[in-house]
Amino acid sequence: MELIVAILIGVLTGSGVWLLLRPRTFQVMLGLSLLSYGVNVFIFVMGWVRDGVPPIVGQGAAADFARFADPLPQALVLTAIVISFATTALLLVVVLAARGLTRTDHVDGEEDA
Amino acid sequence: MSPGNHLVVLPIVLPLAAGALMLLLDERRSTLKAAVSLVAGVALLAVSIALARLADAPLPPVYAVGSWPAPFGIVLVADRLAATMVLLVAVLGIAAIVFSLARWHRAGPRFHSLVQFLLMGLNGAFLTGDLFNLFVFFELLLAASYGLALHGSGTARVRWSLHYIVMNLGASLLFLIGIALIYGVAGTLNMAQLSARLAEIPAGDRVLAQAGAGVLAVAFLVKAGMWPLGFWLPSAYAAASAPAAALFSILSKVGVYAVLRLWLLLFGGTIGADLLFYGGVATLVFGVIGMLASQDLGRLGGYSLLVSSGTLLATLSRADGAVTGAALFYIVASTLGIAAFFLLAELVQRSRALGADVLAVTAEAFDLADEEAEPGEKPGTVIPAAMALLGLSFACCALLVAGLPPLPGFVAKFALLAGVLAPDPITGRAWALLALLTLSGLASVIALGRAGVRIFWAVEEPTVPRVRVIEMAPVAMLLALCFALTVAAGPAMRYLRAAADALHAPQTYIESVLPPR
Repeated sequence: MELIVAILIGVLTGSGVWLLLRPRTFQVMLGLSLLSYGVNVFIFVMGWVRDGVPPIVGQGAAADFARFADPLPQALVLTAIVISFATTALLLVVVLAARGLTRTDHVDGEEDA
Repeated sequence: MSPGNHLVVLPIVLPLAAGALMLLLDERRSTLKAAVSLVAGVALLAVSIALARLADAPLPPVYAVGSWPAPFGIVLVADRLAATMVLLVAVLGIAAIVFSLARWHRAGPRFHSLVQFLLMGLNGAFLTGDLFNLFVFFELLLAASYGLALHGSGTARVRWSLHYIVMNLGASLLFLIGIALIYGVAGTLNMAQLSARLAEIPAGDRVLAQAGAGVLAVAFLVKAGMWPLGFWLPSAYAAASAPAAALFSILSKVGVYAVLRLWLLLFGGTIGADLLFYGGVATLVFGVIGMLASQDLGRLGGYSLLVSSGTLLATLSRADGAVTGAALFYIVASTLGIAAFFLLAELVQRSRALGADVLAVTAEAFDLADEEAEPGEKPGTVIPAAMALLGLSFACCALLVAGLPPLPGFVAKFALLAGVLAPDPITGRAWALLALLTLSGLASVIALGRAGVRIFWAVEEPTVPRVRVIEMAPVAMLLALCFALTVAAGPAMRYLRAAADALHAPQTYIESVLPPR
């Protein structure tokens, strides 16, 4: 399970970084999106990968860390998802504006010579 | 909780409420919006002055949001450093708002709301005592700054804002990775608790925590514009509209602030000092070369921001109370000076046709072009002898940025060098800093002097720009504050020295957040 999640994060982040370094604005946007997915999963697994355990300690049960999942990373990742969603939407608008104003989708606003 | 304690949360709540209120108002009611924004700015200034006095206590005031006790809830800590930065934010906010009233606030939608949200994000980032909350406030201030960077639109702004946004989104993701690593190892995000807990981490896991801190530092240093992470900064700031650029002059200081706070609190300034020193020196050199090479006043301002970032990083790496105190004084002086410079740059360059830097479509959409021609509208009081006044202000800014007497830039640099050269066997690094700071001052004088000569003296047919009182007033206010800072350098230095000492002995910070039971 850990290995699968680790590979998933690696693939998402690797693809994200590669796309981020590409010269077209749409690729950069997709790269940032993939990177943020990778980062979100990364935050999530910082509370350890556990299957079928609730994030709440049951009534009367002892605070045994093996029997419940850490709720904090789940709360953090929710905030991170909302923020990255909002900023990606904003970036999309800027990308479209740049495309309209510079008549090219190159990140520098001009084609390579 | 005493009512005085609620003062700590006001610098965040006040701009939030004002900004949200203005979102409800129609875009055409610009006078009302300007009034709301200005009142909120002045109230923020009053609050932050009161907060600065409140913070001048042995134990900094702590505000538990929602009354949740410290390690479980989020705390706001108003120590001297945070209070000073909040005061600086309020001053810059008022200057930018007043300056924009002449015409910039009508160059695009929702200007005043964005300014207020930026002020909120900045205040929150300075006050918070929680690492994740710091991220949230960073995102808030960045989101507002994206809007402000684009304010006025136009090809250049959109182009450079794109770089600015992508760089900062990338940095935010690094920020999250760093937070996740630190949380995974230490199990807390409260900065005071982290400081206590990092020492107890077993050696094997400590590497992970340090890696997390390193990733965090990269995210902060992108904001501070450290070489090689700061290439986006001069162009983006030069392209931004003048009031936005003036506010941005404190954005890079947020990065420096975060590095300073976390580095001293979590690691006591022990690891990574070399990196900060060499990074700072590289930034300083790059900024100086950029200053000498740039022709445009906006870019000159951007590069002088890099010079100040570099100076700060290189000197702060000493992790010494006297040097840090002087560096805090330098933060205040250079931020005020560069903000005034950005405002002034726009006024000076106004001899170009009106609205040349505003996209034609925007000008049409917001009736900017007709403003001057319209007979019914009063043009506002136009200052006579504008050129002389502008020249005088420009000279003041140049003295301030270059660090020459009698302005506080000199006091700050002198105190920095005195602190650096104080230990008895003067190290090679101290000599290098002495040489670099002196040379950077010389280079600033050359670059700014050359620009001044070209603008004010070497003009064939001088076109006197129309400068209104309302535009000159914020510049004059910022410069007058700088003069006041020179006169009151003693008390200011004492306050900031106390702030620096508290940073270097974080025990009081930890105790006020987590009172010993």
